[in-house]
Amino acid sequence: MIIATQKDLAEIKHMIAPYKKVLIVGCGMCMTFCSAGGPDEVARLAENLATDREGLTVEKGMIPRQCSDKFIDRLEEKIQDYEAILSMACGNGVQAVARRFPDKRVLPALNTQFIGIEQEPGVWTEMCMACGDCILGRTAGVCPVTRCAKGLLNGPCGGSQEGKCEVSKDRPCAWQEIYHGLKRLGLLDYLRGETQIKGWAVHPGRVIREELKAKEG
Amino acid sequence: MSFRQALESDKFLVTAEIGPGKGTDTGVLLEDASILKDRVDAINVTDMQSSVMRLGSLAVCHLLTDMGIDPVLQVTCRDRNRLALQADLLSAWVLGIRNVLALTGDHPTLGDHPQAKPVFDLDSVSLLEVIGKLNGGADMVGNELKGATDFLPGAVVNPGADTEAALDLQIIKMEKKMEAGARFFQTQAIYDLDLFAKFMRRVEGYKTKILGGVILLKSAGMARFMNKNVAGVFVPEYLIKEMTETKDKAKTSIEIAARLVKGMKDLCQGVHIMAIGWEKRVPHVLDEAEL
Repeated sequence: MIIATQKDLAEIKHMIAPYKKVLIVGCGMCMTFCSAGGPDEVARLAENLATDREGLTVEKGMIPRQCSDKFIDRLEEKIQDYEAILSMACGNGVQAVARRFPDKRVLPALNTQFIGIEQEPGVWTEMCMACGDCILGRTAGVCPVTRCAKGLLNGPCGGSQEGKCEVSKDRPCAWQEIYHGLKRLGLLDYLRGETQIKGWAVHPGRVIREELKAKEG
Repeated sequence: MSFRQALESDKFLVTAEIGPGKGTDTGVLLEDASILKDRVDAINVTDMQSSVMRLGSLAVCHLLTDMGIDPVLQVTCRDRNRLALQADLLSAWVLGIRNVLALTGDHPTLGDHPQAKPVFDLDSVSLLEVIGKLNGGADMVGNELKGATDFLPGAVVNPGADTEAALDLQIIKMEKKMEAGARFFQTQAIYDLDLFAKFMRRVEGYKTKILGGVILLKSAGMARFMNKNVAGVFVPEYLIKEMTETKDKAKTSIEIAARLVKGMKDLCQGVHIMAIGWEKRVPHVLDEAEL
């Protein structure tokens, strides 16, 4: 899922300072699961903002997904009464809402961090960079593009200490994880062989599937 | 004799290292280089060592060639993408630089510009392959070059990797670097010759030259710092004791380094001395080691 964290309250207050009527909208997908923009977080933020200044009206809203017009449409009537939407979606959701309502001020309440997992309660780790060319089959299910701080493809740098990454002692060296994984599977030979050089996809990315386009038409 | 000629001979190789400073003042740097000049086969010039922004390796290597020194251009993948790396390599060649050490590079978070965007478009292995391609007259995607390079490519290996997994990975990667064209290896600093001998047995028969790394110990504090903070460097307690108890730190430091250099004569094909500010003392180390 996509992982995000809430912006500092001061930054949010500064963003909404020019507005008197603000609608906070949460997202029922990743943001609910990573406890950044679900119903609980929407309620808490609304409470924190409501008492901030006189004359400010804060209303709460929630849609199942902010990255799909089908659900964003449900906001159409409600938002007419508000000057600004404070979106508690990931950056994707904020943009989808802004795109759907180009005349409304749409503001982000969160900082989107990465695609990752909840490793343990309160700890999230980045797992995938959506690089467009998956090599997990060669690396025992551990992504070096994402989980090696240098994104190395041909083995580790010389900087790991006691199995930890050179950037921080609280991060495992991805290549040592790959090594242990491949060893367990009897596939250490995967570390040898052809030199890997990453081809980078063009950004902004675009996926076009003609067969699906044709079906719609 | 050029470094390449020395490498192709049976000579016990000696290389040293200088690190450009932060700014345009090259006074001490070039003075150190001139002191090392007649005692070593080549001088490495570091590429923004420890991810601290400094004077560039390429320019300093060029200054060394002007002084009649054969430099080893250290190139890291940290700051340049594949276009910039290839352009810099071509530039190095036209400036008279003939030896390249391909490195991944430290992460920027360790240096003085921790917010920098790291590049790492290539890594040390793929950079070696690219050097091979440039030597063959084409860029890395196969476009023909008008004028090729003929670099002598080298790489690094860390014989002191601290876990079994880390050491296995170092050796597998070393093999990949050899396949990618590395003709010589300079190692991370070695203080325990028994451990180094064990490593050398594991790579016995590899068709490459290995130059054992020697860092001059300046103090017991430095030894403890390296043990804690520098990956793969292990200074045994008896050396720390020697540095603690000595009345003449410089003298003891030279003695220890010379002992290590002597010990490596029977183990590998050369030494790479990293003096880190004590370059002027390198000739004393070599005298004492009878080199």
